[in-house]
Amino acid sequence: MSDLISQNLNMIFKTPKGEKVHALKDLNFTLKKGELLTVLGPSGCGKTTLLNITAGFIRPTSGSITLNNKEIDGPGVERGMVFQQGALFEWLTVAENVNFGLRMKKEDPIKTSKRVDEWLEIVGLKGFGNTPTYQLSGGMQQRVALARCLINDPDLILMDEPLGALDALTREKMQSLVLKIWKETGKTIILITHSVEEALLLGERLYVMAPRPGRIHKEYNLPFASMGLEEDLREIKKNKDFSAKREEILEMIWNMEEEIMGKEI
Amino acid sequence: MLTQIVTFLIFFAVIGCILYGRRLIRTEKVDAVFGNPERALGGTHWVIVGSSFLLLIWLYYSWDIAKGFYPKSANELCQVAKVNDSLLGLKYQFPIEERELKSTSQIKKENKNLKKISIEIQNSEDLNNQQKIILINFINKTNQLIPLLTNVDLLENETKQKIDGITGKINFLTENFQKPDYPFETEQELSERLKAVGEEGGWGITKVNAGSGTIENTIEVPLVPATDRGLKFHVAAQELNLISKEFFKLRNHNPEFKSKIKELKESIKVYRKDLNDNEEVASSYAKNIVKIARRIEFASIYPPNALNKMQNAIIKFDEAQLQAQGGLRFIDIFLFPAGTIIASGPSCSEQGSGRWLPKPSDTFKKFVLMSKPSVGYKDIPLLWIKMVDVSTWIGFILPDWIADVLPGQYPVHTKDGIVKQNFKGAVLKVVTGDFKLLKIPVPYGHIWDSFMRVFLGLVFGIIIGVPLGLFMGLNRFAKGFFDPLIELYRPVPPLAWAPLIISVLGIDNTGKVFLLFMVSLSIMIISARAGASGTQLSKIHAAHSLGASKKQILRYVIFPNSLPEILTGIRVAVGMCWGTLVAAEFLAGTTGIGFVENVAKKYFQYEVIWITIFIMGMLGLLFDVTLRKIIDKTIPWRGKG
Ligand SMILES: Nc1ncnc2c1ncn2[C@@H]1O[C@H](COP(=O)(O)OP(=O)(O)OP(=O)(O)O)[C@@H](O)[C@H]1O
Ligand SMILES: [Mg+2]
Repeated sequence: MSDLISQNLNMIFKTPKGEKVHALKDLNFTLKKGELLTVLGPSGCGKTTLLNITAGFIRPTSGSITLNNKEIDGPGVERGMVFQQGALFEWLTVAENVNFGLRMKKEDPIKTSKRVDEWLEIVGLKGFGNTPTYQLSGGMQQRVALARCLINDPDLILMDEPLGALDALTREKMQSLVLKIWKETGKTIILITHSVEEALLLGERLYVMAPRPGRIHKEYNLPFASMGLEEDLREIKKNKDFSAKREEILEMIWNMEEEIMGKEI
Repeated sequence: MLTQIVTFLIFFAVIGCILYGRRLIRTEKVDAVFGNPERALGGTHWVIVGSSFLLLIWLYYSWDIAKGFYPKSANELCQVAKVNDSLLGLKYQFPIEERELKSTSQIKKENKNLKKISIEIQNSEDLNNQQKIILINFINKTNQLIPLLTNVDLLENETKQKIDGITGKINFLTENFQKPDYPFETEQELSERLKAVGEEGGWGITKVNAGSGTIENTIEVPLVPATDRGLKFHVAAQELNLISKEFFKLRNHNPEFKSKIKELKESIKVYRKDLNDNEEVASSYAKNIVKIARRIEFASIYPPNALNKMQNAIIKFDEAQLQAQGGLRFIDIFLFPAGTIIASGPSCSEQGSGRWLPKPSDTFKKFVLMSKPSVGYKDIPLLWIKMVDVSTWIGFILPDWIADVLPGQYPVHTKDGIVKQNFKGAVLKVVTGDFKLLKIPVPYGHIWDSFMRVFLGLVFGIIIGVPLGLFMGLNRFAKGFFDPLIELYRPVPPLAWAPLIISVLGIDNTGKVFLLFMVSLSIMIISARAGASGTQLSKIHAAHSLGASKKQILRYVIFPNSLPEILTGIRVAVGMCWGTLVAAEFLAGTTGIGFVENVAKKYFQYEVIWITIFIMGMLGLLFDVTLRKIIDKTIPWRGKG
């Protein structure tokens, strides 16, 4: 059993003014090993909060979340994280960034440099090892972040809008890369996105979350991720089933947003 | 020579650059509209014009252009000043530069004084009538002295002859003065004078020879006449001095005047003697009247036309000397702005901007001289190298008690007067550094001392401030605990601490380094703290997820992330330390650039002051440029994260 299990997860933030924000309410889900979960939802529905709890950066107010039957009570190497803006260490080169986790474990630098080269090749950055990260484009930075996370061989990969800042073309390439890595490594992945298409394309499972309080509104099991491994992603987008689902979810989110706006007015 | 070349170069550079700039403006792209910042780009030629102007103003107002083009003018003007000075007393007797004859104005003045006293006496309540009558009588008698002096009929023949004699001397001097070979110097006189000129040196710093004496005592303008024209004036001034002495010795006292004034003085003396102690007022009035009488006696009052010939002679000589000055007058007017040498009289010093604004050429020469290690300033070179044995440091580092705690006794001399070394004694030699090992060159001098103080203060500030600042940026306890301490001392201007610190830690290096340490510490703490608390949370999260421990996060994430702030802090700290140091060295100390300036200030060595200003500016710039280079090298990612 190497599943991620969440039971009655609640997260209540207290703002400095004393107001309470119910960011997550009674979250229950199970994610099996090797599954790819995408999470969609309007802004402020608690997606990042969920991910931060899973990564161990913050503690839930109540409830429990376990990975491999172990309670999550702090950050750990078995849960890797890829951030929206890369969060690369700009004082290090590409190779040094990728090597960071191994260096922290004090592994033999000669062996690690080989693995770094392998991973750079996988993410398509061969030959960029000595480049300072601030000279990279946004897409390249995201690939470095991906390699830096994956080289540590985590059981669970958490991605918070990793492709949000990229242009359409790069984004599509990166989506293929994520799928490829998912297939080759068989990792469990949670990927948060704002793009309905991306959620549909990449997600083996898809949660649509609703805000105030943050909860899982609807759950889908999708075939497109497995299709995407063989087919061109653009072909899948032309699929009738795909567009039907897309319209359905878009409408759902639209309604939620309207509800929020209405509340606020 | 150099000044001339530089002046010409500047002149042509300015003209050339202005012409170039004007041509550029005409051919400039049309789309560069007014207000477009691009119009202000690439104006090296205007920079040249600007700095040239600055230099030109410096050259001009420090009288360096005068010195460069007319190096002898100062010496000659000094001789002219001597003549002016000698002539002054004589000229004042006549309406040459004044409105009226000296005699006239004297008479007017004393009449006024007498009138004033007589009114005072008549209105006085402290005097009885009898006293008043006597005092008024004295006043009248004093008044009657004046006509005795101004009456031509009473003028004695002897006095007349003497006046004629003086007039003749002046005329003779004028005549000689206009001769080209005046003052008829003999070969021997010439060689002696030239020798004196050589010994005295030129205007400003013209002789640069080693030996620290030269730096402290350089004369401004040489006194001994170096040129023929100068000599003419110099000798004429001497003769005029004699003539004027003779004139002022002359008294226009005819027998009648003599007897009258004697009588007056006697009667006042008798009157005062007979007065009681309580009649002080009358006595003091009588005394004042005698004073006026004496003034009339020595005022050189002559009959109205008695000195006419002499006046003409003086005017003639004045015209002759003005003519002999020739172009010198124009040099004085145009090349000695904001002052003149002539105003100094026979003392031959620069009066005006030439005095406090050192000449670029002098400053340069003095700088070259001061840079020589054998000269330096106050027997210490600005920056030089000396050989120091490593053993001194070993002796400094090893504490002396190591030898004391060893068993046994230090060697005692025997009855033969021989001291036999033993082990304990040998150890003492080692720990006190009393042995020879190997000599290595070590820099020293004023600049080095100042530099080392800043460097040490900064290093201690960094070593303690950076960890403390990082700690404070990450830990609630540390922030709360150290914040009050730092906020208490930081807002106080560093120099306000200086007297306290110097009196506790001494005027030498310890005090100053500690002061600078205090300055740099607060800056380093604040910048390191800002760096630490400014670390992006996502980077820390990433590092946590990658398995970094607390220590590793500090070492590999927070520290490099704070590096830009820390280095900027160092740059600020260097500037602050540099400023504080110079001021601290002003307060106390025996070495350092600030010390040099302070001493120079005491002795009005304006060149040295300007040199220290220049050195400090250059060093400050050097520090800043070096640090900027280091910053660019070590944190190329700055502002790009
Ligand atoms: N530290 C915090 N203190 C108080 N409230 C917080 C805090 N962090 C998040 N929240 C609140 O919790 C709710 C969920 O935030 P979260 O960042 O998880 O949203 P999100 O779904 O990731 O939104 P987005 O799509 O815009 O990133 C929001 O209403 C937010 O205001
Ligand atoms: Mg978010």
